[in-house]
Amino acid sequence: MQESAINIAVNLITQGDPDLYEIIGLSLRVSLSSVALSLIFGLTLGAALATGQFRGRAVLNIIINALMSMPPVVVGLLVYLALSRSGPMGWLGLLYTPTAMIIAQTFLITPLITALSRQVIEDLYLEYKEQFASLRLTQSQRIKALLWDARYSLSTVALAGLGRALSEVGAVIIVGGNIEHLTRVMTTAIALETSKGDLALALALGMILLGLALLINILLSSLNLSARRQAYA
Amino acid sequence: MPNVIDINRPGTGNLHKLLPSQGLALNRTQLDLTDVHYTVAGKQILSKVNLALHAKGITAIMGFNGAGKSILLKVMHGIVSPTRGSVHWNKEPTNAEHRLQQAMVFQKPVLLRRSVKANIDFVLKQRKSFAPATRNALLARVGLDEKYHVPARLLSGGEQQRLALARALACRPSILFLDEATASLDPASTAIIENIVHEQAVAGTKIIMVTHDAAQAARLADYIVFMDAGTITEHNPSHHFFAAPDSQAAKAYLDGRLFHHDS
Ligand SMILES: Nc1ncnc2c1ncn2[C@@H]1O[C@H](COP(=O)(O)OP(=O)(O)OP(=O)(O)O)[C@@H](O)[C@H]1O
Ligand SMILES: [Mg+2]
Repeated sequence: MQESAINIAVNLITQGDPDLYEIIGLSLRVSLSSVALSLIFGLTLGAALATGQFRGRAVLNIIINALMSMPPVVVGLLVYLALSRSGPMGWLGLLYTPTAMIIAQTFLITPLITALSRQVIEDLYLEYKEQFASLRLTQSQRIKALLWDARYSLSTVALAGLGRALSEVGAVIIVGGNIEHLTRVMTTAIALETSKGDLALALALGMILLGLALLINILLSSLNLSARRQAYA
Repeated sequence: MPNVIDINRPGTGNLHKLLPSQGLALNRTQLDLTDVHYTVAGKQILSKVNLALHAKGITAIMGFNGAGKSILLKVMHGIVSPTRGSVHWNKEPTNAEHRLQQAMVFQKPVLLRRSVKANIDFVLKQRKSFAPATRNALLARVGLDEKYHVPARLLSGGEQQRLALARALACRPSILFLDEATASLDPASTAIIENIVHEQAVAGTKIIMVTHDAAQAARLADYIVFMDAGTITEHNPSHHFFAAPDSQAAKAYLDGRLFHHDS
Protein backbone atom coordinates (compact mmCIF):
# COMPACT_ATOMS: atom_id res chain seq x y z
CA MET A 1 0.00 0.00 0.00
CA GLN A 2 2.77 2.45 1.01
CA GLU A 3 4.86 1.50 -1.94
CA SER A 4 2.04 1.79 -4.44
CA ALA A 5 1.14 5.20 -2.99
CA ILE A 6 4.66 6.34 -3.66
CA ASN A 7 4.48 5.01 -7.22
CA ILE A 8 1.20 6.76 -7.85
CA ALA A 9 2.60 9.94 -6.31
CA VAL A 10 5.60 9.87 -8.63
CA ASN A 11 3.29 9.27 -11.58
CA LEU A 12 1.09 12.19 -10.57
CA ILE A 13 4.13 14.43 -10.56
CA THR A 14 5.79 13.16 -13.72
CA GLN A 15 2.61 12.94 -15.76
CA GLY A 16 1.53 16.43 -14.87
CA ASP A 17 -1.72 15.67 -13.06
CA PRO A 18 -3.88 18.79 -13.54
CA ASP A 19 -5.35 18.74 -10.01
CA LEU A 20 -1.90 18.45 -8.50
CA TYR A 21 -0.50 21.31 -10.53
CA GLU A 22 -3.52 23.48 -9.88
CA ILE A 23 -2.88 23.12 -6.17
CA ILE A 24 0.84 23.83 -6.56
CA GLY A 25 0.05 26.85 -8.72
CA LEU A 26 -2.32 28.31 -6.18
CA SER A 27 0.15 27.67 -3.34
CA LEU A 28 2.88 29.53 -5.16
CA ARG A 29 0.54 32.36 -6.13
CA VAL A 30 -0.71 32.87 -2.59
CA SER A 31 2.70 32.56 -0.95
CA LEU A 32 4.61 34.70 -3.45
CA SER A 33 1.94 37.41 -3.33
CA SER A 34 1.96 37.53 0.44
CA VAL A 35 5.75 37.60 0.56
CA ALA A 36 5.77 40.45 -1.98
CA LEU A 37 3.27 42.42 0.09
CA SER A 38 5.10 41.61 3.32
CA LEU A 39 8.33 42.85 1.78
CA ILE A 40 6.74 46.19 0.95
CA PHE A 41 5.45 46.64 4.49
CA GLY A 42 8.24 44.82 6.31
CA LEU A 43 11.18 46.50 4.61
CA THR A 44 9.63 49.94 5.03
CA LEU A 45 8.91 49.35 8.67
CA GLY A 46 12.20 47.54 9.28
CA ALA A 47 14.20 50.36 7.71
CA ALA A 48 12.26 52.97 9.68
CA LEU A 49 12.84 51.08 12.93
CA ALA A 50 16.53 50.60 12.16
CA THR A 51 17.34 54.17 11.17
CA GLY A 52 14.65 56.36 12.69
CA GLN A 53 14.74 58.37 15.87
CA PHE A 54 11.10 58.48 16.78
CA ARG A 55 9.05 58.05 19.89
CA GLY A 56 7.73 54.58 20.57
CA ARG A 57 10.44 52.86 18.60
CA ALA A 58 11.34 50.49 21.44
CA VAL A 59 7.69 49.64 22.05
CA LEU A 60 7.13 48.99 18.37
CA ASN A 61 10.13 46.65 18.37
CA ILE A 62 8.66 44.63 21.22
CA ILE A 63 5.27 44.45 19.51
CA ILE A 64 6.80 43.28 16.25
CA ASN A 65 8.79 40.61 18.04
CA ALA A 66 5.66 39.44 19.85
CA LEU A 67 3.70 39.35 16.59
CA MET A 68 6.45 37.30 15.01
CA SER A 69 5.74 34.43 17.35
CA MET A 70 1.98 34.60 16.92
CA PRO A 71 0.58 31.14 16.01
CA PRO A 72 -0.77 31.00 12.45
CA VAL A 73 -4.18 29.74 13.61
CA VAL A 74 -4.59 32.84 15.75
CA VAL A 75 -3.71 35.08 12.81
CA GLY A 76 -6.17 33.07 10.72
CA LEU A 77 -8.84 33.48 13.35
CA LEU A 78 -8.38 37.26 13.57
CA VAL A 79 -8.48 37.68 9.80
CA TYR A 80 -11.51 35.38 9.72
CA LEU A 81 -13.30 37.58 12.26
CA ALA A 82 -12.51 40.67 10.23
CA LEU A 83 -13.62 39.17 6.91
CA SER A 84 -16.62 37.12 8.05
CA ARG A 85 -20.02 38.36 6.96
CA SER A 86 -20.72 40.05 10.29
CA GLY A 87 -17.15 41.39 10.60
CA PRO A 88 -16.00 44.92 9.78
CA MET A 89 -14.73 43.89 6.34
CA GLY A 90 -17.50 41.42 5.70
CA TRP A 91 -19.03 43.54 2.92
CA LEU A 92 -15.97 42.85 0.77
CA GLY A 93 -17.04 39.22 0.44
CA LEU A 94 -13.46 38.01 0.61
CA LEU A 95 -13.80 35.11 3.01
CA TYR A 96 -12.91 31.77 1.41
CA THR A 97 -11.09 33.35 -1.52
CA PRO A 98 -7.38 33.29 -2.38
CA THR A 99 -7.32 37.01 -1.56
CA ALA A 100 -8.32 36.21 2.02
CA MET A 101 -5.47 33.73 2.18
CA ILE A 102 -3.02 36.32 0.86
CA ILE A 103 -4.24 38.80 3.48
CA ALA A 104 -3.84 36.28 6.31
CA GLN A 105 -0.37 35.24 5.20
CA THR A 106 0.69 38.85 4.77
CA PHE A 107 -0.26 39.48 8.40
CA LEU A 108 1.60 36.36 9.38
CA ILE A 109 4.81 37.12 7.51
CA THR A 110 5.12 40.89 7.77
CA PRO A 111 6.29 40.80 11.42
CA LEU A 112 8.91 38.19 10.53
CA ILE A 113 10.24 40.23 7.62
CA THR A 114 10.10 43.43 9.65
CA ALA A 115 12.02 41.99 12.57
CA LEU A 116 14.66 40.24 10.47
CA SER A 117 15.21 43.15 8.11
CA ARG A 118 15.38 45.60 10.98
CA GLN A 119 18.20 43.53 12.45
CA VAL A 120 20.05 43.32 9.14
CA ILE A 121 19.66 47.03 8.38
CA GLU A 122 20.49 48.11 11.90
CA ASP A 123 23.76 46.17 11.92
CA LEU A 124 24.80 47.78 8.66
CA TYR A 125 23.62 51.21 9.77
CA LEU A 126 25.76 51.01 12.87
CA GLU A 127 28.74 50.68 10.58
CA TYR A 128 27.70 53.35 8.06
CA LYS A 129 26.14 55.93 10.35
CA GLU A 130 29.08 58.28 10.86
CA GLN A 131 30.04 58.12 7.21
CA PHE A 132 26.47 58.88 6.17
CA ALA A 133 26.39 61.82 8.55
CA SER A 134 29.67 63.05 7.11
CA LEU A 135 28.31 62.82 3.57
CA ARG A 136 25.16 64.64 4.72
CA LEU A 137 22.85 62.01 3.28
CA THR A 138 19.13 62.56 3.70
CA GLN A 139 17.04 59.93 5.45
CA SER A 140 15.75 58.54 2.16
CA GLN A 141 19.26 58.45 0.66
CA ARG A 142 20.42 56.55 3.72
CA ILE A 143 17.63 54.01 3.49
CA LYS A 144 18.13 53.49 -0.22
CA ALA A 145 21.86 52.89 0.25
CA LEU A 146 21.28 50.54 3.19
CA LEU A 147 18.68 48.48 1.34
CA TRP A 148 20.97 48.17 -1.64
CA ASP A 149 24.07 47.25 0.33
CA ALA A 150 22.13 44.76 2.45
CA ARG A 151 20.49 43.19 -0.57
CA TYR A 152 22.03 39.77 -0.10
CA SER A 153 21.00 39.47 3.51
CA LEU A 154 17.60 40.91 2.71
CA SER A 155 17.08 38.29 -0.01
CA THR A 156 17.65 35.62 2.57
CA VAL A 157 15.05 37.33 4.73
CA ALA A 158 12.61 37.16 1.82
CA LEU A 159 13.36 33.48 1.32
CA ALA A 160 12.78 32.80 5.01
CA GLY A 161 9.39 34.49 4.61
CA LEU A 162 8.61 32.39 1.55
CA GLY A 163 9.52 29.22 3.41
CA ARG A 164 7.21 30.16 6.24
CA ALA A 165 4.35 31.03 3.85
CA LEU A 166 4.62 27.85 1.79
CA SER A 167 4.68 25.55 4.78
CA GLU A 168 1.97 27.30 6.75
CA VAL A 169 -1.42 25.57 7.10
CA GLY A 170 -3.33 27.03 10.07
CA ALA A 171 -4.11 30.50 8.76
CA VAL A 172 -4.94 29.59 5.17
CA ILE A 173 -7.28 26.76 6.13
CA ILE A 174 -9.33 29.05 8.39
CA VAL A 175 -9.75 31.93 5.95
CA GLY A 176 -9.57 29.90 2.74
CA GLY A 177 -11.66 26.94 3.76
CA ASN A 178 -9.71 24.45 1.64
CA ILE A 179 -12.26 24.54 -1.17
CA GLU A 180 -11.41 22.31 -4.12
CA HIS A 181 -10.35 24.20 -7.28
CA LEU A 182 -10.65 27.47 -5.39
CA THR A 183 -8.65 27.75 -2.19
CA ARG A 184 -6.94 24.40 -1.85
CA VAL A 185 -3.20 24.75 -1.44
CA MET A 186 -0.46 22.20 -0.84
CA THR A 187 -0.50 22.14 2.93
CA THR A 188 -4.28 22.10 3.29
CA ALA A 189 -4.57 19.43 0.60
CA ILE A 190 -2.02 17.24 2.37
CA ALA A 191 -3.93 17.57 5.63
CA LEU A 192 -7.23 16.67 3.95
CA GLU A 193 -6.01 13.84 1.71
CA THR A 194 -4.12 12.22 4.56
CA SER A 195 -7.20 12.27 6.76
CA LYS A 196 -9.22 10.78 3.88
CA GLY A 197 -6.59 8.08 3.43
CA ASP A 198 -5.65 9.21 -0.11
CA LEU A 199 -1.97 9.02 0.52
CA ALA A 200 -0.86 9.24 -3.12
CA LEU A 201 -1.87 12.87 -3.67
CA ALA A 202 -0.70 13.81 -0.17
CA LEU A 203 2.67 12.21 -0.82
CA ALA A 204 3.07 13.83 -4.21
CA LEU A 205 2.38 17.22 -2.66
CA GLY A 206 4.68 16.43 0.22
CA MET A 207 7.50 15.64 -2.20
CA ILE A 208 6.96 18.89 -4.06
CA LEU A 209 6.90 20.81 -0.80
CA LEU A 210 10.11 19.14 0.31
CA GLY A 211 11.66 19.91 -3.06
CA LEU A 212 10.70 23.57 -2.71
CA ALA A 213 12.15 23.70 0.79
CA LEU A 214 15.34 22.20 -0.55
CA LEU A 215 15.41 24.69 -3.41
CA ILE A 216 14.97 27.60 -1.01
CA ASN A 217 17.84 26.32 1.09
CA ILE A 218 20.08 25.91 -1.92
CA LEU A 219 19.25 29.47 -2.93
CA LEU A 220 20.01 30.65 0.60
CA SER A 221 23.43 29.11 0.73
CA SER A 222 24.37 30.21 -2.76
CA LEU A 223 23.33 33.76 -1.84
CA ASN A 224 25.51 33.58 1.25
CA LEU A 225 28.36 32.21 -0.77
CA SER A 226 28.28 34.84 -3.45
CA ALA A 227 27.82 37.60 -0.89
CA ARG A 228 30.87 36.42 0.97
CA ARG A 229 32.91 35.99 -2.18
CA GLN A 230 32.21 39.57 -3.12
CA ALA A 231 32.85 40.78 0.43
CA TYR A 232 29.37 42.13 0.76
CA ALA A 233 28.59 39.90 3.71
CA MET B 1 31.91 84.72 -4.61
CA PRO B 2 34.32 83.89 -7.42
CA ASN B 3 36.45 80.82 -7.27
CA VAL B 4 40.05 81.75 -6.67
CA ILE B 5 41.66 78.71 -8.17
CA ASP B 6 44.68 78.97 -10.37
CA ILE B 7 44.30 75.96 -12.58
CA ASN B 8 47.40 76.89 -14.54
CA ARG B 9 49.64 76.40 -11.58
CA PRO B 10 52.16 73.71 -12.52
CA GLY B 11 51.81 70.39 -10.75
CA THR B 12 48.21 70.94 -9.80
CA GLY B 13 46.97 68.23 -12.13
CA ASN B 14 43.60 68.34 -13.80
CA LEU B 15 41.54 67.48 -10.75
CA HIS B 16 40.58 71.04 -9.99
CA LYS B 17 39.18 71.62 -13.42
CA LEU B 18 36.85 68.72 -12.90
CA LEU B 19 36.21 69.27 -9.24
CA PRO B 20 36.79 72.82 -8.12
CA SER B 21 36.26 73.38 -4.43
CA GLN B 22 33.00 75.19 -3.80
CA GLY B 23 34.75 78.38 -2.72
CA LEU B 24 33.17 79.38 0.56
CA ALA B 25 32.90 83.07 1.11
CA LEU B 26 36.00 83.21 3.21
CA ASN B 27 36.53 85.72 5.93
CA ARG B 28 39.69 86.14 7.87
CA THR B 29 38.65 83.61 10.44
CA GLN B 30 36.71 80.70 9.16
CA LEU B 31 36.11 78.39 12.07
CA ASP B 32 35.43 79.37 15.66
CA LEU B 33 35.00 76.95 18.50
CA THR B 34 33.77 78.70 21.62
CA ASP B 35 33.94 77.03 25.03
CA VAL B 36 33.36 73.59 23.55
CA HIS B 37 32.91 70.72 25.99
CA TYR B 38 32.12 67.15 25.18
CA THR B 39 31.17 64.57 27.75
CA VAL B 40 30.18 61.01 27.03
CA ALA B 41 29.35 58.24 29.50
CA GLY B 42 30.33 60.53 32.38
CA LYS B 43 33.73 61.10 30.86
CA GLN B 44 34.92 64.57 29.94
CA ILE B 45 36.58 64.18 26.56
CA LEU B 46 36.82 67.80 25.46
CA SER B 47 36.92 70.68 27.87
CA LYS B 48 37.08 74.44 27.42
CA VAL B 49 38.10 74.25 23.80
CA ASN B 50 38.43 77.73 22.33
CA LEU B 51 39.89 77.79 18.89
CA ALA B 52 39.86 80.14 15.93
CA LEU B 53 41.17 78.54 12.78
CA HIS B 54 42.51 80.51 9.89
CA ALA B 55 40.57 80.51 6.69
CA LYS B 56 43.29 79.16 4.49
CA GLY B 57 46.09 76.70 4.57
CA ILE B 58 46.73 73.55 6.48
CA THR B 59 46.20 73.13 10.18
CA ALA B 60 47.57 69.99 11.80
CA ILE B 61 46.20 68.72 15.07
CA MET B 62 48.69 66.77 17.15
CA GLY B 63 48.66 65.12 20.52
CA PHE B 64 48.93 61.86 22.41
CA ASN B 65 46.66 58.89 21.79
CA GLY B 66 43.33 59.52 23.45
CA ALA B 67 43.86 63.29 23.66
CA GLY B 68 40.54 63.87 21.90
CA LYS B 69 41.76 64.74 18.40
CA SER B 70 39.30 62.54 16.52
CA ILE B 71 36.39 63.75 18.63
CA LEU B 72 37.43 67.36 18.09
CA LEU B 73 37.50 66.79 14.34
CA LYS B 74 34.02 65.27 14.46
CA VAL B 75 32.72 68.20 16.49
CA MET B 76 34.15 70.66 13.94
CA HIS B 77 32.69 68.58 11.12
CA GLY B 78 29.29 68.68 12.80
CA ILE B 79 28.71 64.97 13.20
CA VAL B 80 29.17 65.06 16.96
CA SER B 81 27.29 67.73 18.88
CA PRO B 82 29.24 69.32 21.71
CA THR B 83 27.69 68.98 25.15
CA ARG B 84 28.33 72.67 25.66
CA GLY B 85 29.72 75.49 23.53
CA SER B 86 29.34 76.32 19.90
CA VAL B 87 30.89 75.91 16.48
CA HIS B 88 30.66 78.83 14.08
CA TRP B 89 31.66 79.06 10.46
CA ASN B 90 32.28 82.58 9.26
CA LYS B 91 30.62 83.89 12.42
CA GLU B 92 27.44 81.98 11.67
CA PRO B 93 26.23 78.81 13.33
CA THR B 94 26.91 75.86 11.03
CA ASN B 95 24.15 75.66 8.45
CA ALA B 96 23.20 73.17 5.76
CA GLU B 97 25.23 74.94 3.11
CA HIS B 98 28.38 74.92 5.22
CA ARG B 99 27.84 71.30 6.02
CA LEU B 100 27.72 70.27 2.37
CA GLN B 101 31.06 71.98 1.79
CA GLN B 102 32.90 69.77 4.22
CA ALA B 103 34.26 66.30 3.80
CA MET B 104 36.10 64.00 6.16
CA VAL B 105 38.36 60.99 5.90
CA PHE B 106 37.97 58.94 9.05
CA GLN B 107 40.73 57.28 11.00
CA LYS B 108 39.11 53.95 10.14
CA PRO B 109 37.69 54.37 6.65
CA VAL B 110 34.12 53.14 6.21
CA LEU B 111 33.49 52.10 2.63
CA LEU B 112 30.24 51.00 1.09
CA ARG B 113 29.91 47.31 0.31
CA ARG B 114 30.30 48.05 -3.35
CA SER B 115 33.02 48.23 -5.95
CA VAL B 116 35.71 50.89 -5.83
CA LYS B 117 34.06 52.67 -8.73
CA ALA B 118 30.59 52.51 -7.15
CA ASN B 119 31.89 54.07 -3.94
CA ILE B 120 32.91 57.19 -5.85
CA ASP B 121 29.86 57.20 -8.12
CA PHE B 122 27.61 57.11 -5.08
CA VAL B 123 28.91 60.44 -3.81
CA LEU B 124 29.11 62.08 -7.23
CA LYS B 125 25.49 61.12 -7.89
CA GLN B 126 24.40 62.31 -4.48
CA ARG B 127 26.01 65.66 -5.25
CA LYS B 128 24.56 65.61 -8.76
CA SER B 129 27.99 65.94 -10.29
CA PHE B 130 28.42 62.49 -11.74
CA ALA B 131 30.53 62.10 -14.85
CA PRO B 132 32.66 59.07 -15.65
CA ALA B 133 35.62 61.37 -16.41
CA THR B 134 35.40 62.89 -12.93
CA ARG B 135 35.39 59.51 -11.24
CA ASN B 136 38.22 58.26 -13.40
CA ALA B 137 40.31 61.31 -12.61
CA LEU B 138 39.69 60.89 -8.89
CA LEU B 139 40.65 57.23 -8.90
CA ALA B 140 43.68 57.91 -11.06
CA ARG B 141 44.75 60.65 -8.66
CA VAL B 142 44.89 58.23 -5.73
CA GLY B 143 46.42 55.48 -7.81
CA LEU B 144 43.43 53.17 -7.83
CA ASP B 145 42.70 53.22 -11.53
CA GLU B 146 43.37 49.53 -11.92
CA LYS B 147 40.92 48.54 -9.21
CA TYR B 148 37.64 49.91 -10.58
CA HIS B 149 35.70 46.71 -10.16
CA VAL B 150 37.29 45.35 -7.00
CA PRO B 151 34.89 45.26 -4.02
CA ALA B 152 36.05 48.15 -1.84
CA ARG B 153 36.25 45.97 1.23
CA LEU B 154 38.74 43.66 -0.42
CA LEU B 155 41.24 46.49 -0.83
CA SER B 156 44.26 46.63 1.43
CA GLY B 157 44.15 49.02 4.38
CA GLY B 158 46.20 51.65 2.59
CA GLU B 159 44.15 51.34 -0.59
CA GLN B 160 40.98 51.76 1.45
CA GLN B 161 42.37 54.96 2.91
CA ARG B 162 43.21 56.27 -0.53
CA LEU B 163 39.71 55.42 -1.76
CA ALA B 164 38.25 57.22 1.24
CA LEU B 165 40.29 60.29 0.30
CA ALA B 166 39.12 60.13 -3.31
CA ARG B 167 35.55 59.92 -2.06
CA ALA B 168 36.08 62.94 0.18
CA LEU B 169 37.47 64.89 -2.79
CA ALA B 170 34.37 63.91 -4.76
CA CYS B 171 32.41 66.09 -2.31
CA ARG B 172 34.32 69.12 -3.62
CA PRO B 173 35.01 70.28 -0.08
CA SER B 174 35.92 73.79 0.94
CA ILE B 175 37.06 72.27 4.22
CA LEU B 176 38.66 68.87 4.27
CA PHE B 177 39.14 66.97 7.53
CA LEU B 178 41.74 64.21 7.52
CA ASP B 179 42.08 61.93 10.52
CA GLU B 180 45.46 60.22 10.20
CA ALA B 181 44.88 59.78 6.49
CA THR B 182 48.38 58.45 5.88
CA ALA B 183 48.64 56.27 8.97
CA SER B 184 48.75 52.96 7.14
CA LEU B 185 50.28 54.06 3.86
CA ASP B 186 53.60 53.11 2.35
CA PRO B 187 56.05 55.94 1.54
CA ALA B 188 54.96 56.22 -2.09
CA SER B 189 51.28 56.41 -1.20
CA THR B 190 52.03 58.85 1.58
CA ALA B 191 53.77 61.07 -0.95
CA ILE B 192 50.73 60.87 -3.25
CA ILE B 193 48.41 61.87 -0.42
CA GLU B 194 50.67 64.67 0.77
CA ASN B 195 50.79 66.01 -2.78
CA ILE B 196 47.02 65.96 -3.03
CA VAL B 197 46.66 67.68 0.33
CA HIS B 198 49.13 70.36 -0.68
CA GLU B 199 47.40 70.81 -4.03
CA GLN B 200 43.99 71.15 -2.43
CA ALA B 201 45.30 73.70 0.05
CA VAL B 202 46.88 75.75 -2.70
CA ALA B 203 43.62 75.64 -4.60
CA GLY B 204 41.84 77.18 -1.62
CA THR B 205 40.54 74.22 0.36
CA LYS B 206 41.06 74.55 4.09
CA ILE B 207 42.74 71.41 5.40
CA ILE B 208 42.39 70.30 8.99
CA MET B 209 44.38 67.16 9.57
CA VAL B 210 45.26 64.97 12.51
CA THR B 211 48.68 63.37 12.28
CA HIS B 212 51.23 61.71 14.52
CA ASP B 213 53.89 62.19 11.89
CA ALA B 214 55.84 65.25 13.04
CA ALA B 215 57.90 65.34 9.86
CA GLN B 216 54.72 65.33 7.82
CA ALA B 217 53.20 68.11 9.92
CA ALA B 218 56.38 70.13 9.50
CA ARG B 219 56.33 69.54 5.74
CA LEU B 220 52.69 70.41 5.20
CA ALA B 221 51.13 72.40 7.97
CA ASP B 222 50.96 76.16 8.35
CA TYR B 223 49.59 75.92 11.88
CA ILE B 224 49.76 73.33 14.60
CA VAL B 225 47.10 72.77 17.24
CA PHE B 226 48.38 70.68 20.11
CA MET B 227 45.93 68.82 22.31
CA ASP B 228 46.42 67.19 25.64
CA ALA B 229 43.75 65.43 27.70
CA GLY B 230 40.84 67.11 25.94
CA THR B 231 42.22 70.63 26.00
CA ILE B 232 44.15 72.75 23.53
CA THR B 233 47.55 73.52 24.96
CA GLU B 234 48.75 75.56 22.04
CA HIS B 235 47.93 76.84 18.60
CA ASN B 236 50.96 78.22 16.83
CA PRO B 237 52.50 78.64 13.41
CA SER B 238 54.24 75.45 12.43
CA HIS B 239 57.79 76.88 12.39
CA HIS B 240 57.28 78.26 15.88
CA PHE B 241 55.84 75.00 17.17
CA PHE B 242 58.64 72.84 15.85
CA ALA B 243 61.38 75.27 16.86
CA ALA B 244 60.16 75.64 20.42
CA PRO B 245 56.73 74.48 21.52
CA ASP B 246 55.10 76.55 24.23
CA SER B 247 53.58 73.73 26.22
CA GLN B 248 55.32 71.07 28.30
CA ALA B 249 53.02 68.42 26.86
CA ALA B 250 54.05 69.29 23.31
CA LYS B 251 57.73 69.24 24.29
CA ALA B 252 57.30 65.78 25.75
CA TYR B 253 55.38 64.63 22.68
CA LEU B 254 58.04 65.82 20.27
CA ASP B 255 60.77 64.26 22.39
CA GLY B 256 58.91 60.98 22.29
CA ARG B 257 58.19 60.99 26.01
CA LEU B 258 54.88 60.31 27.67
CA PHE B 259 53.64 63.34 29.52
CA HIS B 260 52.61 63.02 33.16
CA HIS B 261 50.14 65.44 34.55
CA ASP B 262 50.82 66.99 37.92
CA SER B 263 47.22 66.75 39.01
N1 LIG C 1 31.80 56.79 22.94
C1 LIG C 1 32.79 56.92 23.83
N2 LIG C 1 32.60 56.55 25.11
C2 LIG C 1 33.58 56.68 26.02
N3 LIG C 1 34.77 57.20 25.75
C3 LIG C 1 35.01 57.60 24.50
C4 LIG C 1 34.04 57.49 23.47
N4 LIG C 1 34.57 57.95 22.33
C5 LIG C 1 35.82 58.34 22.64
N5 LIG C 1 36.09 58.14 23.93
C6 LIG C 1 37.35 58.45 24.63
O1 LIG C 1 37.69 59.78 24.31
C7 LIG C 1 39.08 59.93 24.28
C8 LIG C 1 39.49 60.67 23.03
O2 LIG C 1 39.26 59.85 21.90
P1 LIG C 1 39.78 60.24 20.45
O3 LIG C 1 39.38 59.15 19.54
O4 LIG C 1 39.33 61.61 20.12
O5 LIG C 1 41.35 60.22 20.69
P2 LIG C 1 42.50 60.62 19.65
O6 LIG C 1 43.17 61.83 20.17
O7 LIG C 1 41.96 60.67 18.29
O8 LIG C 1 43.49 59.39 19.83
P3 LIG C 1 44.36 58.58 18.72
O9 LIG C 1 45.62 59.32 18.52
O10 LIG C 1 44.61 57.28 19.40
O11 LIG C 1 43.53 58.45 17.50
C9 LIG C 1 39.67 58.55 24.41
O12 LIG C 1 40.18 58.37 25.71
C10 LIG C 1 38.50 57.62 24.17
O13 LIG C 1 38.63 56.46 24.96
MG1 LIG D 1 42.06 59.53 16.65
